Amino acid sequence: MDWLNTLTRTFFDFGAMAEVLPQLLGVGLLNTLIISIAATAIGLVLGMVVAVMGISQSRWLRIPARIYTDLFRGLPAILTILLIGQGFARFSQSIFGPSPYPLGIIALSLISSAYIGEIFRAGIQSVDKGQGEACRALGMGYAKSMALVVVPQGIRRVLPALVNQFIAIVKDSSLVYFLGLLVSERELFRVGQDAAVLSGNLSPLVLAGIFYLVITVPLTHLVNYFDNKFRTGRRRPSAPTSGLKEVKELDAASPLISGSNT
Amino acid sequence: MSLASSTNNSPGTSSPVVETFHGSSLELKNLTMAYGDIEVLRNVSLTVAPGTTTCIIGPSGSGKSTLLRGINRLHEPKSGDVLLAGESALQVKPDILRRRIGMVFQHFNLFPDHTALENVALALWSVKGMSKAEARERAQRRLAEVGLAERADHRPRDLSGGQQQRVAIARALAMEPEVMLFDEATSALDPELVKGVLNLMAGLGKRGMTMVVVTHEMGFARKVADQVVFMDEGEVVEAGTPADLFDNPRSERLQRFLSEVL
Repeated sequence: MDWLNTLTRTFFDFGAMAEVLPQLLGVGLLNTLIISIAATAIGLVLGMVVAVMGISQSRWLRIPARIYTDLFRGLPAILTILLIGQGFARFSQSIFGPSPYPLGIIALSLISSAYIGEIFRAGIQSVDKGQGEACRALGMGYAKSMALVVVPQGIRRVLPALVNQFIAIVKDSSLVYFLGLLVSERELFRVGQDAAVLSGNLSPLVLAGIFYLVITVPLTHLVNYFDNKFRTGRRRPSAPTSGLKEVKELDAASPLISGSNT
Repeated sequence: MSLASSTNNSPGTSSPVVETFHGSSLELKNLTMAYGDIEVLRNVSLTVAPGTTTCIIGPSGSGKSTLLRGINRLHEPKSGDVLLAGESALQVKPDILRRRIGMVFQHFNLFPDHTALENVALALWSVKGMSKAEARERAQRRLAEVGLAERADHRPRDLSGGQQQRVAIARALAMEPEVMLFDEATSALDPELVKGVLNLMAGLGKRGMTMVVVTHEMGFARKVADQVVFMDEGEVVEAGTPADLFDNPRSERLQRFLSEVL
């Protein structure tokens, strides 16, 4: 059983894992969450802008939104991160200081906003046209009917897809390490990778992987839960009621209605 | 269909005071409407006196719905004019015009994530600029009028079709329109619920609302309408009193239509 021993030592060396655990928790997990949540938050705002531009009547809003989406969705994430992280390094230095961390977040935000924009656009366009018409028939303008009625319905529908997108961002956040992070800025992957190189053992990376799964797997199940809940919709539980009961109720209810019903 | 005239509503009975409406006149002058290059309505002229009910009947594809959508400019007319209370409706901003014209749709188009009360109140605060408390108070009163006081906190999916359509009518009425447009308001309802909605509509007419009603309910048209208009292939073929059209149809097309539907 020599090979089993080798396997265990390579991947499941609990000593090496215990050694890296504090760093993975205090530095790696923290930074992965900061990067992912920040990139998602910015991505949601930008994505909504791109989506609203994308369904606009004006082609001068629609075409830039289309190009933006094609660009950031079409390029490999690593390429976008490197181009932005290194290309704007000097510019970023004057605002954020020498750390490439903010640029990494911005690059991830741009990538995710392209995907999120498409998710929002699909959601908004799936809302029945009658909703917008009902709003306009009541005298609401386009902006108001979108903001108060159409967009909220669209968002509710795409919540599962947005959670999926967050999972993708969590995984992609590992790519930021290419920009060369300070020791205190390392995310899960980089912390695990450094420890693996130092100890000559892959166990720290395995532990980093477990941390990713701890974030992503529950979310995947949350998606399924959302999906079920929003697909079936909530109804007040009630026994089947005869339509005739409603007729009777109506006759009793209103002077306006019963008055003309002799 | 029993839509005989009422005696219960006369002053002096114990029923609550039912307020009256002040419907405006409506006039269409050579209205022509098109989808792209295809003209679906040609030179339609029509006069609707204040406080009267005009029923529009005709086979599918005759342009009835398009006519309604031209009146509140959900679809912009190609040429001709619409006069509301004697003034051209094409000269004012559509949003302003639509506050004066209520519309009820075949598929209700209620906002599914709003309760019945919120459905009615939404445009009151967002368009009319009422305070939310004021809007809710008026919405509650309007719901009571259509016999739904106790269903105010139900969402549309928890209401029957008939109840949903009555919420939609309350929503339109709450804006205090001068004209109400009904686009096949009972076509999507279960048969036993049709009468309740038609009686409600008849009651509005009696209280002085100007109404244009696209309908397949010939009994309603005969009993309630002051004027019946028969349309086919985008033109008004015959218009007159219910007795004129139903008892003495002159055109061959109307004779054939009536023989099919009655």
